[in-house]
Amino acid sequence: MLTIDQATVDAIIAHAKRDHPDEACGIVAGPEGSDRPERLIEMVNAAGSPTFYEFDSTELLALYKQMWANDEEPVVVYHSHTATEAYPSVTDIGLASEPGAHYVLVSTRDWAEAGGGNNQAPVEFRSYRIIDGEVTEEEVVVVPRLASV
Amino acid sequence: MAIEVRIPTILRTYTDGAKAVDGTGATLSALIDDLESRHAGIKDRLVEPKGEAIELRRFVNVYINDEDVRFIGGLEASLADGDQVVVLPAVAGGAR
Repeated sequence: MLTIDQATVDAIIAHAKRDHPDEACGIVAGPEGSDRPERLIEMVNAAGSPTFYEFDSTELLALYKQMWANDEEPVVVYHSHTATEAYPSVTDIGLASEPGAHYVLVSTRDWAEAGGGNNQAPVEFRSYRIIDGEVTEEEVVVVPRLASV
Repeated sequence: MAIEVRIPTILRTYTDGAKAVDGTGATLSALIDDLESRHAGIKDRLVEPKGEAIELRRFVNVYINDEDVRFIGGLEASLADGDQVVVLPAVAGGAR
């Protein structure tokens, strides 16, 4: 189960809409071992593609060094699909390399087909564990804010 | 002195859970062979065959003192005692 606050969900969806039709990607970091997605970091999709995403290698290192310095880890790794459902593709599964992370996928397809912009068509927001090539969908619980520690 | 190698979560099964290990080698290639001698299996996760030779896997990033090795000679990038090596799998995927 992924427990995540509404503001972070909204920010991920806004990022996906902004980058549509390219895939958007990023991380939500949290204290090591806490399973709390606290700090959203939007990343540039270095592939700049509607069907592929990849963090720039230099920015990837900077991101991880920052997390190590803060005793953080990637709690959520997110990206968007822009013409297909929010389900991990074969590529997503093959490249998933954070066994401890929640892999969040959002799909901007329905929103875009409804005309994009400010329309209220829903954006699918789903979460998975991807471990050793095996995908397990999990419940997403959106809370007004994360419980205080 | 040695070369400190930072190991990503997904490869810590080869290092008994250690986040960092020490190694030696004058090049990245030699360092990987040295790691393989103590952490059997790790080499195959870092490199893949290309014809007769080997190359770094496309979705594995290795940095020497914060430089992506792809820009400084790849597997032939030179190393010295005290260097810091970081291994990070790419964060990548997509609908394709």
